[in-house]
Amino acid sequence: MPGVSLTINDKKVRVPAGTTILEAARELNITIPTLCHDKRLSPFGACRLCVVEVRGRKNLPAACVTPVEEGMTVLTESPAVVEARRTIIELLLANHPLDCLTCEKSGNCRLQDYAYRYGVKRTPFEGTRDQLPLDDNNPFIIRDPNKCILCGKCVRACQEIRGQAVLGFAFRGPATRVVPPLDVSLGESDCVFCQNCVAVCPTGALRDKYLAGKGRWWEFQPEAVTCPFCANGCHFYLLRKEGKVVAVAAGGAAPGRPMCLRGRLALTLIFCEEPPQPQIKTEKGFAAVSWTEALGLEELAGKLWPK
Amino acid sequence: MGRILVCAGTGCVASHSRQVTARLKAALHAHHLEERFQVDNTGCHGFCEQGPLVIIEPEGILYCRVREEDVEAIVTEHLEQGRLVERLLYQDPVTKEKIAAYNQIKFYRQQSRHVLKNCGHINPENIDAYLAVEGYQGLKKALALPREEVINIIKESGLRGRGGAGFPTGLKWEYTFKAPGDRKYVVCNADEGDPGAFMDRSVLEGDPHAVLEGMLIAAYAIGAREGYIYVRAEYPLAVQRLRIALAQARERGFCGERILGTDFSCELYIREGAGAFVCGEETALLASIQGERGMPRPRPPFPARQGLWGQPTNINNVETYANVPLILRRGAGWYASLGTEKSKGTKIFALTGKVKNTGLVEVPMGITLREIIFNIGGGILEDRGFKAVQIGGPSGGCLPAEHLDLPVDYDSLTAAGAMMGSGGLVVMDDSTCMVEVARFFLNFTQAESCGKCTPCREGIQQMLAILTRITRGQGREGDLEQLERLARVIKGTALCGLGQTAPNPVLSTLRYFRAEYEAHIRDHRCPAKSCRELLTYHIDPDKCNGCTRCRRRCPAGAISGEAREPHTIDLELCARCGTCLDLCRQKAIYVE
Ligand SMILES: Cc1cc2nc3c(=O)[nH]c(=O)nc-3n(C[C@H](O)[C@H](O)[C@H](O)COP(=O)(O)O)c2cc1C
Ligand code: SF4
Ligand code: SF4
Ligand code: SF4
Ligand code: SF4
Ligand code: SF4
Ligand code: SF4
Ligand code: FES
Ligand code: FES
Repeated sequence: MPGVSLTINDKKVRVPAGTTILEAARELNITIPTLCHDKRLSPFGACRLCVVEVRGRKNLPAACVTPVEEGMTVLTESPAVVEARRTIIELLLANHPLDCLTCEKSGNCRLQDYAYRYGVKRTPFEGTRDQLPLDDNNPFIIRDPNKCILCGKCVRACQEIRGQAVLGFAFRGPATRVVPPLDVSLGESDCVFCQNCVAVCPTGALRDKYLAGKGRWWEFQPEAVTCPFCANGCHFYLLRKEGKVVAVAAGGAAPGRPMCLRGRLALTLIFCEEPPQPQIKTEKGFAAVSWTEALGLEELAGKLWPK
Repeated sequence: MGRILVCAGTGCVASHSRQVTARLKAALHAHHLEERFQVDNTGCHGFCEQGPLVIIEPEGILYCRVREEDVEAIVTEHLEQGRLVERLLYQDPVTKEKIAAYNQIKFYRQQSRHVLKNCGHINPENIDAYLAVEGYQGLKKALALPREEVINIIKESGLRGRGGAGFPTGLKWEYTFKAPGDRKYVVCNADEGDPGAFMDRSVLEGDPHAVLEGMLIAAYAIGAREGYIYVRAEYPLAVQRLRIALAQARERGFCGERILGTDFSCELYIREGAGAFVCGEETALLASIQGERGMPRPRPPFPARQGLWGQPTNINNVETYANVPLILRRGAGWYASLGTEKSKGTKIFALTGKVKNTGLVEVPMGITLREIIFNIGGGILEDRGFKAVQIGGPSGGCLPAEHLDLPVDYDSLTAAGAMMGSGGLVVMDDSTCMVEVARFFLNFTQAESCGKCTPCREGIQQMLAILTRITRGQGREGDLEQLERLARVIKGTALCGLGQTAPNPVLSTLRYFRAEYEAHIRDHRCPAKSCRELLTYHIDPDKCNGCTRCRRRCPAGAISGEAREPHTIDLELCARCGTCLDLCRQKAIYVE
């Protein structure tokens, strides 16, 4: 069988050429932590949490973007790797609010998971912990730039899946941030609230506003559903709490399954016991409208039931 | 006919060389000397500190710091009466001797100017001046050879990239040549973001055709039909000269369709960059040319396989390209005879800091630091003690006196904890605090980090915070270990060269000057007496005449004493502002 053979943590594996170390490790059921990687998005290699040791190399390459090579010997949890991962988590936490106690994302947050996995209780560094204003003047998404770890997943999701390119990197050095163009709020931007970005965000920096206050993540029983409203068939989760569907969460996009606001709203109307009143964007901002209007059914209704 | 060359490089223009040129032309006219002397402008000589420079040829007499008012003397005394204008001659900082001939000045005598040969000697805005010194002969030669042969010549010459990492140029060309794809590109990296570096600027301003010729040879060798010169917008003169050179080269058939009547066609374009340091990193530079944010991406794929718009792209530095025509003209063997076993040819350095002669110097690889600093540079200013030389730009390292005899080549420098980088050489004397030096460079790199990867964006700012604390006397036990751990992780895990090398100034100063860090942390003392917040101010009672100047101006009210009696400073109250030190005429105040 053609391909590349390598050894990961003393286990041999053979994979097709061009496979990344991360994918090869998955073949062996070895999980390497990742914050910025998502196989549906283009490779980025930014968080560096996935670094591994490769015998004979001076640096620790990032497993998510490093192709395997014949005869490679990889260690995924060597002392140097663990030191690097712990340090990276400590560095991220130095500029993080650490609100896990009240954060909606708690229990479903990768940063929290990895801090737990590597036993990082506190950071030895003094960060600046900026107090950037919350961006929540729209009915759908709460953007908390203070919790953003700049993994760039939302940037790629918005651009590559949605084709909208609302979010982008701005500024340099420690001031770097992910923002809509000209640093306006999401509500003022060209955002169409498809929530592709929310679905991929590994932290609480981008959150579904409908979910706010509805419960802790571990109280929900998520059920995967497919949106029936168009041929794309996008993925969503019905979040059940004590048997009642409390919200419909974006399930994460895939190529050709772009997810849209309309699909999510329609599912919300169908499944939620207490659907919130929908709002749409008008010239003057967001306004509450009827469900028929929100779902664009007025025209259809007009044809079916002429007044 | 005699020639009067007036430097029109950025440095000399800033010290008003344009006015000198105008005044010279007017004076020649007034004295009816236009038939005998011709005024010409040149690019930088690398001696900008002495500028504006005026050279009288054929004798090669150099006049320094020539002002408009001096023009009359040059014309009447030198040109008409054949007498040197003594006061405008260069004075050797060591022997104090006046030196008339350009090539007798130590600064130049000990250099080997091959790449810089034309800089300061030909008019960069006139292609005929370049053609007169065998310009475009290298391209002609290359076009008569098979592509593989041109690549072989570069491989045999041993040329390595001058942009920092020293990657073998011939090998890079070969990769790009062999990469599949029929649209290939050549790119010239003229971003030159290192603070204090100006070698690439000088070459572009002083000899732009050499760079174009080098790029065209590379384009032919790898099979590219298009190329970009990415030059920082802060170099307006370089951009202007490149535009002129490009237009002239097109007009004469050296660039564009069917170059020199062959089947080879290549167009070159200029792109101005917004001047972020990280845009010099090759993948960030390519992104920037494509109109995206200048942010590095992981390699592989290397640009040689997937560069501009995903096509095979050869990217080299300005100086690298400027070496290429020389190699083609004079042969790989000649080139390989310069330099050392593994580092061939010459390298241009920007010599700055506490040396007597500062400027651009081109030296053969393998020359020692001592020769550069003490012979060419004339030694340390005010004859103070040498402490260290910082080499390799903001992410290079600081080498102490014990390394003065280190041969300057890629591998020795890297082994000693520094690097060639683009060729910055900052000399430091014994008044320099090495912790502060490290802090200074990290302050630069942390601000210039593109912000993409965690270790670089977050890690360097933490290293900076620790260093800043130490220089303020708030260092703690464990700080050095923390610095070392951060340095290790950042070097090992950062995505691009910026992060991977940013800790070097800290690591090299920790390696050679650890005691200085410890003095700051443990004894709250700055041995170089440079960190203001760690100094204590004292008054020598034998020198103080009780003039009360310091007492009256001390913002902290820390000084007491009767008039005409020696004063004293209360260290508890003293705010360490240094006012008294500057004020005291008796020099009675000293710091410890
Ligand atoms: C942060 C950073 C900045 C750089 N800046 C420059 C630069 O200003 N000029 C340059 O030629 N190379 C620069 N480089 C090196 C380039 O990435 C690349 O290696 C070089 O242009 C290749 O040319 P060479 O092989 O001729 O040296 C930089 C690299 C890094 C990591
Ligand atoms: S985003 Fe994650 S780590 Fe941050 S406060 Fe919320 S749960 Fe905690
Ligand atoms: S909701 Fe959709 S359009 Fe809006 S920023 Fe997120 S991905 Fe882009
Ligand atoms: S908002 Fe979320 S997805 Fe976007 S960069 Fe920040 S952490 Fe990553
Ligand atoms: S979410 Fe939108 S795009 Fe996706 S299937 Fe439903 S209606 Fe179609
Ligand atoms: S090392 Fe620094 S400059 Fe390079 S990609 Fe990472 S953040 Fe950007
Ligand atoms: S250093 Fe400043 S505060 Fe201290 S004694 Fe002198 S003048 Fe006063
Ligand atoms: S997951 Fe590999 S660098 Fe972020
Ligand atoms: S600009 Fe004239 S010597 Fe540099």
